[in-house]
Amino acid sequence: MNSTTEDAFDLRPLLRGSGQTIGVFIALICLIVFGLLRYENFGGAYNIASFLNYNAMFILISIGMCLVIITGGIDLSVGSVAAFSSVCAAYLSPYGLQVALPAGILAGMAFGALNAFIILVLRVPPFIATLATLLGAKGGSLVLSGAETIAVDWGSNFTKLGMEKAFDLVPWSILIVLIVAIIAWIILERTSLGRTLLAVGGGEEASSLMGLEVGRAKAFAYMFSGGCAGLAGVFLASGFGAGQPLEGVGWELSAIASVVVGGTLLTGGLGSVTATVIGALLLGLVFNILNFENGRGTISLSAYWQQVIRGSFLFLVILLQMRVARQRTTKGLAPEKAEQSHASG
Amino acid sequence: MNTSAASPAESKDSAKGVAWRSLLGRYGTLVALAVLLLVNVLITPNFLQWQTLFVNISQVATIAIVAVGMTLVIATGGIDLSVGAVMALSGALAPLIFGSAFGMANPVIGLMLAIALPLVAAMACGLFNGIMISVLRVQPIIATLILFISGRGIAQVLTNGNLQTFSNPAFSYLGTGRVFGLPFQGWLAVAIAAVAFWLVTRTIHGRHLLAVGGNERAAELSGVPVRRVKIGVYIICAFLSGIAGLVVVAINSASDAARNGNLMELDAIAAAVVGGALLQGGRAPVFGALLGAVIIQLVKYTLLANGIEDEVALIAKAGIIVAAVALQQGRRE
Repeated sequence: MNSTTEDAFDLRPLLRGSGQTIGVFIALICLIVFGLLRYENFGGAYNIASFLNYNAMFILISIGMCLVIITGGIDLSVGSVAAFSSVCAAYLSPYGLQVALPAGILAGMAFGALNAFIILVLRVPPFIATLATLLGAKGGSLVLSGAETIAVDWGSNFTKLGMEKAFDLVPWSILIVLIVAIIAWIILERTSLGRTLLAVGGGEEASSLMGLEVGRAKAFAYMFSGGCAGLAGVFLASGFGAGQPLEGVGWELSAIASVVVGGTLLTGGLGSVTATVIGALLLGLVFNILNFENGRGTISLSAYWQQVIRGSFLFLVILLQMRVARQRTTKGLAPEKAEQSHASG
Repeated sequence: MNTSAASPAESKDSAKGVAWRSLLGRYGTLVALAVLLLVNVLITPNFLQWQTLFVNISQVATIAIVAVGMTLVIATGGIDLSVGAVMALSGALAPLIFGSAFGMANPVIGLMLAIALPLVAAMACGLFNGIMISVLRVQPIIATLILFISGRGIAQVLTNGNLQTFSNPAFSYLGTGRVFGLPFQGWLAVAIAAVAFWLVTRTIHGRHLLAVGGNERAAELSGVPVRRVKIGVYIICAFLSGIAGLVVVAINSASDAARNGNLMELDAIAAAVVGGALLQGGRAPVFGALLGAVIIQLVKYTLLANGIEDEVALIAKAGIIVAAVALQQGRRE
């Protein structure tokens, strides 16, 4: 009880996920406090809004990735799918947001359905299946756009989504991300579908023997992830004023990193939407702060160093996660058992 | 590698469709290659020329070299996403070394160091991957993701992101030299595959490798040094990626850390899988990987030579990967 890790374990039921979740939350708060103390513009409305607006896309695909990883799968196609739907949305932008938004989401969900088909019917491992759709979506968006950015129609209301505020208060993108996060949270924590997702990740064969709809749950996870990627693509087109076929490279890695930072086990069966969002915010904030340092000329990092730091950060988090996992097993509390105690409590 | 002795018994008690799938899975690679060659002879202009052969060999060699390493990693049930980044790193190091003041003053030692040190750096990357995976027990996808993200960054930091051009005939031999009239790197790829084949089929290490991939727990209980085998295989894979990185730089007489080995992990995985590697591990069809690399290269060449855009080639590659793995599943049933 006297060490912080003990406290973290006791607080665990508050934020589901592995014991590291609280640690990540504390790290986020520490970073925010550090930023507020060190930079005068850090807490300014402009920085907060632009930070959240930019990271909305990454939070979205991280939420989708979280559900997929909970089932024990992985979705490498999210970045290309987002690029593809950004092109679709940009082409349809003259018809207004009411057409382009659903079209972008549907394009993403179509790729999700394709993933589900390849994984469930052709029985190709998720890693390879989504790798193939990564290539397919990339090729598709390049063919569709002729490898050029597609300008959106500024006359229509399409750019409102990425550039304006809802009720003059919060940017639309942030409001929508919040809604998606709440929907994902409710599905995971309060519905039988969510239970099935967790059960599938914990043990697919057992779940199937117990009569759970394993296939349907997995198909849902991939389509949800595809839909999130599609929505992220719509944000991309709307916020930057163009459909971008070349964007999205490495997004899947940011999303996976966010999920891992949030303490979700990559083996599936355990995970939390809240923690994933916190993880995505934490990763984004590290870069926001790096940029501030760059702005002050104190470290002046090139973009290349940022990649190195990103990798090192992932390395640190993985080491931490391994330690947490090991501590838990030495206490005789296997991940599955921890999950059961959450379920009953 | 594929014995046909078991197939009559299999096809007898299985439905006709399954037998077809298993046959396709068994000889699909060869059939695909034959079909591709035939199509090319028929439709591709100037296909039957030496120049075509040289172009394809020099392009396929790097994929094949990396794919052999990837096949060994996949045989242990792992995967290595960092191969492209390792290529970028070793490719970035070489010109830095032979182009340095010391390298200019001592051309011979400089050249030797410019080949040796990048390969040592590549092996260090493999050691890192191997330790993450076997000692810290991180999943291979995630462990190799770290270098996938930061490896190319390190290469770009080293070169300030600049394109390094150079003229060093001795080094360029790696990429442009000819042996018996055929590109040097083609021979290199075949030699590497032969050594890997020997390693897998004739040595105790090969047995260990397959045992770890077949059933890690059982292998460990029967005394296989699982950790050492896994670390070793990631070092080998990184070493081969390092060689491929040097070859690419030598072909271009220029090193571009942003492009060298870009998307190579996909090509290598695809080649290994098309060649018959099972993602669950336990099989190491080394010459299959060579064949898989040739098929992927030929598809790319066929599309490009017939005026079809690069982008469509991506979609075709995606289709090949899915078809190959789906057929694999058929073979397992």
